[in-house]
Amino acid sequence: MLLAEQALNGLQYGMMLFLMAAGLTLVFGVMGLINLAHGSLYMTGAFACAAVAAATGSFWLGLAASLVAAAAAGALVEMAVIRRLYARDHLDQVLATFALILVFSEGTRWLFGSFPLYLKLPASLSGAVVLPGGLHYPLFRLVIIGFGAAVALGLWWLITRTRLGIRIRAGEADREMIGALGVDIARLYTIVFALGAALAGFAGALVGTIQSVQVGMGEPVLILAFVVVVIGGIGSIKGAFVGALLVGMTDTLGKALLPGLLSRIWDASSANTVGASLASVLIYVLMAVVLILRPQGLFGARG
Amino acid sequence: MELKRLLICGTAALALAGAAQAEPVKVGMITTLSGGGAGLGVDTRDGFLLALKNAGEAGQAVELVIEDDQQKPDVAVQIADKMIQSDQVDVLTGIVWSNLAMAVVPAAVAQDKFYLSTNAAPSQLAGAGCHPKYFSVSYQNDNLHEAAGAHATDAGIGKVFIMAPNYPAGQDSLAGFKRYFKGEVVSEVYTQVGQTDYAGEIAQIRASDADAVFFFLPGGMGIAFMKQYAESGVGKPVIGPAFSFSQDILPAVGDAALGVKNTAQWSKDLDNEANAAFVETFQAEYGRLPSLYAAQAYDTANLLLSAIAKADVGDADAFGAALAEADFPSVRGKFRFGPNQHPIQDYYVREVVREGDVLTNKIIGPAMTDHGDAYAEQCKM
Repeated sequence: MLLAEQALNGLQYGMMLFLMAAGLTLVFGVMGLINLAHGSLYMTGAFACAAVAAATGSFWLGLAASLVAAAAAGALVEMAVIRRLYARDHLDQVLATFALILVFSEGTRWLFGSFPLYLKLPASLSGAVVLPGGLHYPLFRLVIIGFGAAVALGLWWLITRTRLGIRIRAGEADREMIGALGVDIARLYTIVFALGAALAGFAGALVGTIQSVQVGMGEPVLILAFVVVVIGGIGSIKGAFVGALLVGMTDTLGKALLPGLLSRIWDASSANTVGASLASVLIYVLMAVVLILRPQGLFGARG
Repeated sequence: MELKRLLICGTAALALAGAAQAEPVKVGMITTLSGGGAGLGVDTRDGFLLALKNAGEAGQAVELVIEDDQQKPDVAVQIADKMIQSDQVDVLTGIVWSNLAMAVVPAAVAQDKFYLSTNAAPSQLAGAGCHPKYFSVSYQNDNLHEAAGAHATDAGIGKVFIMAPNYPAGQDSLAGFKRYFKGEVVSEVYTQVGQTDYAGEIAQIRASDADAVFFFLPGGMGIAFMKQYAESGVGKPVIGPAFSFSQDILPAVGDAALGVKNTAQWSKDLDNEANAAFVETFQAEYGRLPSLYAAQAYDTANLLLSAIAKADVGDADAFGAALAEADFPSVRGKFRFGPNQHPIQDYYVREVVREGDVLTNKIIGPAMTDHGDAYAEQCKM
């Protein structure tokens, strides 16, 4: 029973990471841009959701606002800053987007103050439900799993079945050629960036609901999202999905099982400390193993 | 993140008036004003400034330099070096986090500067590492957890699940709790520092046969845990130190915190004159309720002013003795220093309640009386 609950937790954590990593890998893959400010867009979504939910009393309006605000912030940033970085090397991109993190963080503090904001679940989504087998599980975590799966399907449809998707894939393969064929590259990039931003903002709003909405909330997740992108293969949505679930499962099950396993060899106290430390490096071990076996990532196209 | 620099020159007016007064005491405040932990530093700064303001003319004896440590030990060390060497401060204060305090305090006191802690008080500086120029005005790190352990014992809780982040203050926390808890610890779990998802731990709590949960998760970690715990429907009572139920984060935790018992050496409803004045002027000045951190900084500033009134900061022995007397009206009612210059004070059990439309804490009883700390014996001064 405990194992089933932990597996569900791992799945939910993975879905959350996927929402974050999908936008990142899209931008990375299509534009070749390392966007450290992705976490800031995540934070923007969470703050927009909290502010609108507090003002209107509706969580759903807040959720919609998170998409709009993050997409708008993304489009704005792309046109003002990011656009100048495509031709530059990765170091310049890292520097510029790191600066954006600082601008976003201090800007958010300026607007909302230094104290964490309150964001609460609507009554219809709160509480626990009983799953088959008698397992009690928080309803909202199931909702996150659902949203993650829906976004995965939606993105798959967008990339493989729509005109925009064709352009995105073409832009990934050869940006000069599709420019020559009359596609407005600049506009395409703005759209892709805004899409990635909206996904990050949406993740921020969902996660902020069960965690804390505060300045700097995006950076810890950003690191994990990069791990997911690297494991899955840069630019691959499918890779991001599989990578996110792998990381989510490894992290959750590692934390749940390792201390117990180690306590068979050591006494409880040191097994706990060592187990907790070991569990926290487990995902990086996973990443290292994947990189040794497949340097381009699980589903990466580039060698 | 530019280093924000604020010079509070209360002395400027005096200098213009040509009044003949002694040189002001230069105080360097290093605290966290940006990033996720900024709420704690902002309250520290505001509490300190309020005490100077409330002191009127006496408050002008302090010239305050404030800088943002960004919650990074290396930045804190740089600021401390600059404050000591180029600003030539006499006293340092303001650090919120123990790891930053460990990076700054030993070097600062070795360079003959006084350090008054408004919050962080790691065990290393209370025992063998104690120093005549180091004073903790807040507590010793273990104290609030010890009080929680004592409270759990008094409340007749038999089996408890305990949890803290895997770093020195977290390990001290669980050690402190166990020092005064007489029941059985069924499970002891270390989480990652900065962890925001506690589904795994909550599943373990659900599966355990514990009667209650003790946790120490400061800042955003506590907000996340409490919200997720309330959603999980586990329903076992939780207890903790005041950090996760402090005024700075209670609004963000929301109703999930209602009814939770937590332990602290201060609460806004403590019945004494100094506290009533503090809470009232804090609200008037900043438009919000003060947190534990603000109260500690307020006491620190008043302690400093009491020493300035008695001795010259240039005479280190006399100034240190004046500080050690702790002759100031503390918002905690009674306050004195033990042999290692850490507080001997009362700890209370507080409960989170709703007053009007704000969540806040109310004292429901004592947890420990005249309590010092476990490290005083190792201090040779």
